[in-house]
Amino acid sequence: MFDTPLFASPGVLALGALTGLIFGFLLQKGRVTRFDVIVGQFLLRDFTVLKVMLTAIVVGGTGVWAMHQLGWVSLHVKGAALLANGLGGAIFGVGMATLGYCPGTGVAAIGDGARDAWFGLLGMLFGAAVYAEAYPWLNERILKVGDLGKLTLADAAHVSPWWFVAALAGIAVTVFALLERWEHRRIA
Amino acid sequence: MRNPLTMTRWSPYAVGAGIGVLSWATFGLMDKALGASTTMVRAAGMIEGTIAPDHVRENAYFAKYLVGSPGVEWQFALVVFLAIGALLAAKLGRSTRQPTVPDVWRARFGPSRALRFAGAFVGGVVMIFGARMAGGCTSGHGVSGGLQLAVSSWTFFGAMFVSGVAAAGLIYGLGAMGARKGA
Repeated sequence: MFDTPLFASPGVLALGALTGLIFGFLLQKGRVTRFDVIVGQFLLRDFTVLKVMLTAIVVGGTGVWAMHQLGWVSLHVKGAALLANGLGGAIFGVGMATLGYCPGTGVAAIGDGARDAWFGLLGMLFGAAVYAEAYPWLNERILKVGDLGKLTLADAAHVSPWWFVAALAGIAVTVFALLERWEHRRIA
Repeated sequence: MRNPLTMTRWSPYAVGAGIGVLSWATFGLMDKALGASTTMVRAAGMIEGTIAPDHVRENAYFAKYLVGSPGVEWQFALVVFLAIGALLAAKLGRSTRQPTVPDVWRARFGPSRALRFAGAFVGGVVMIFGARMAGGCTSGHGVSGGLQLAVSSWTFFGAMFVSGVAAAGLIYGLGAMGARKGA
């Protein structure tokens, strides 16, 4: 924006748009653009969010780690700062339980016809501006506490990432089987 | 077999697998990871920048995303098209619009639309503040960071889930916890 054009190149924007189009389509078909589904997850009565996210992590992780080992892709690991990750996550959970959408599903919910999601979007924009003002203060006191750099669980444990991918796949299949049994019994 | 595009709802496993495969494409073809919340910073900075450009340029946080890099970039286009993709999916599936005041909210706070809109606004403020402190949201940390086994992302994910469950219990009442759908 400053010292540069406002828009990225048309090719980059087209790829982003195509990704968003598919992502938004999937989110709506998965019903995670719905308040009842998001809040239902936190109320432990609808496990759609967990099913979608765990499946995406296992399927996505399998392909991305395979491509990474072949040297085809570089990773985009965000740096760990444990206080900021944990405290920020806790604050995020409170906001998400109140709003009923997360940032991505909130924008998708607008397309899905949710009127309240427009106010959620206004809140998100306002919140981002508030955060920018708070940033110098937070950066001094919170953001650097527990800084571990761009660490993965595999690095931390000094093992192959495939152990973690396999463990996550095993956990996912077990949890899904238990959930399906529990849901089936609840309806019966 | 019915055309999947016109089905109202897909299996959450199919949707999750689809998002996983989409991640292969963003990493492999675009050298990017799915995310959403950074766009809120860029959008807020661009809006604020129309009124107070010097203030935005001098703010260390806005500067990270807006000085020397375009405001409307890959993720910005992604976020705008999230709404269009969802609109397309809803139209093709003829899915019914959700009530403006959802049942769970109504049971606790009554039928006021203004109160629901105010709640959504406040929730949005709090949520994005947390996302920016943590360095990502359910997409950037949850899906993209989770699949990369990032320590930052799994810390975020755990804290977000525990806090969300506790907050939902407080906000909507413990009686709503674990209840049957629609009960």
